[in-house]
Amino acid sequence: MGTESKAAVWTRTIVIAAGGLVFLFPFVWMVSTSLTTAGELFKLPPQLIPNPVDGAAYERLFTEVPIVRWVLNSVGVSLAVTFLQVLSSAMAAYAFTRLTFRGRNAIFVLFLATLMVPFQVMVVPLFIELRYMGMLDSYWGLIIPEMAMPFGVFLLRQAFLGLPRELEEAAFMDGAGHIRNFFTLVLPLSKPAIATVAVFSFMGSWNNFLWPLIIINSPDLMTLPLGLSSLSSRFVTDWNLVLAGATISVLPIVAVFLFAQRYVLQGVAMSGLKG
Amino acid sequence: MVGDRGWKKVGLVALFLLPALIPLLVFRIFPMLASLWVSMTKWNLLRPPEYLGIENYVEVLTDAKFHKALLNTLYYMVGYLPLVLVGAIAIAVLLNSKLKGATFFRGIYFLPVVTSWVVVALLWKWLLSPQGGMVNYVLGLVGIDGPGWWTDPNWAMPSIIIASVWKDLGFNMLILLAGLQSIPDHLYEAATIDGATRWEKLRYVTLPLLTPSILFAMILAMIGAFQVFDQVWVMTEGGPAGATTVVMEQVVKNAFKYGLMGEASAMSWVLFAIILLFTVFQLRFQKRWVHYGD
Repeated sequence: MGTESKAAVWTRTIVIAAGGLVFLFPFVWMVSTSLTTAGELFKLPPQLIPNPVDGAAYERLFTEVPIVRWVLNSVGVSLAVTFLQVLSSAMAAYAFTRLTFRGRNAIFVLFLATLMVPFQVMVVPLFIELRYMGMLDSYWGLIIPEMAMPFGVFLLRQAFLGLPRELEEAAFMDGAGHIRNFFTLVLPLSKPAIATVAVFSFMGSWNNFLWPLIIINSPDLMTLPLGLSSLSSRFVTDWNLVLAGATISVLPIVAVFLFAQRYVLQGVAMSGLKG
Repeated sequence: MVGDRGWKKVGLVALFLLPALIPLLVFRIFPMLASLWVSMTKWNLLRPPEYLGIENYVEVLTDAKFHKALLNTLYYMVGYLPLVLVGAIAIAVLLNSKLKGATFFRGIYFLPVVTSWVVVALLWKWLLSPQGGMVNYVLGLVGIDGPGWWTDPNWAMPSIIIASVWKDLGFNMLILLAGLQSIPDHLYEAATIDGATRWEKLRYVTLPLLTPSILFAMILAMIGAFQVFDQVWVMTEGGPAGATTVVMEQVVKNAFKYGLMGEASAMSWVLFAIILLFTVFQLRFQKRWVHYGD
């Protein structure tokens, strides 16, 4: 933007950094609180570095509630959902870009249309449907209804359309079929887009609250967000305990984000492009 | 492709398409259509459904509780939308031009976006706690006697709005950053030659060309705001004294606490209709302020 005075750059940096602090500090405070003893919790002034640093909240978490089970449930369900969504989306995107059949556009529009309808509109009948299928309060109920990911189909269709066709044409000449073409050429060539969809899928499933809240009753089947919220209503003012749980549930997702930051940011940018 | 004919081709299309299409039809399209029918019945899942016609809709539209929930949802939206959009525009503009550590800060601002709603709600409930909360402590340092936040009917909705703005700002920032990056450099160069100041460039080049991205972010934020649920459920459960009762919270309570499947479905359809109405209105109204480059 042309020349900018040193003072202007500094002002900008300071504003950004101050704002950054507002966004980072609550996380720091979460970890700090989780390491505070119950007696020190409400003491003023609040201590940024707890004195003493105390792991009792984590100990209680592991002994008094099935936190390990919740973590495993969340990991298992999220991985299963991610795998199924990526695979089904990629295959559908392949059909929409590499196969010709009647009604292709109409079916694609159907996918797009469901993207516009909020999940909230179907949550009651979906619950009733799963009740008849006997999938309430089960892992199946958390995984199976999530199998289709219209947003993933949309993103991967865009990605597949952008691939150069020469390699694929050569493969077809050599006698490769569509299945081989899909697995050995199209998928490997679209790694960044696949990664973006996978990250979105994982985050969506890991953070999902409304659906598990509605269908899960048994504490042993709860995912982390649901477990955490049940924790907070059981131990109302045990903030160190509640935030120890929050810390445990944030760690994996922050790790995924830092590791895959590029793909996350790219995905949001891509979804913004159609606007 | 010569071999792709007849049944072989049908099989191939089915193989690739059905893993996504079947779940879409069974778990998305069907419930959506079924929901229309459910909304016209009295059904508590214990006894067979009873057909009522539009009675549920009449009930919902004249229900004082639903009116309150709808008003509160609008209150939430009116507080949340401008804060999150203006904040996101400011941060995006500040982050856009060259700055040391821009990528790092972008990551920081985005962290709450990847954090689950339950964690964000619990965290802010603690930060805003009238008892030992950090926010009131900091306010106290500058001589302000902080309110009771989520325990006070007047401050409960602002508490939820603060937490929501904090969580969603990074997402909107990112959409706007993508928009900023698509503004061609030559426009800024031309403005420089014409002697425009930095402020004038922002006012006459950046902001007008950013309006399509702002519209997109605004529609997404609005649709999300109408469906506000997780943070309300975790922070206040609609309380205190119904001060934060919102439409989705009423849907969930009616369906899964009181067993009123029909009324809950009618409510979600009314909500959907309102969302559609607002979206269409925004798209209509956009011609007044959205500027398309070419």
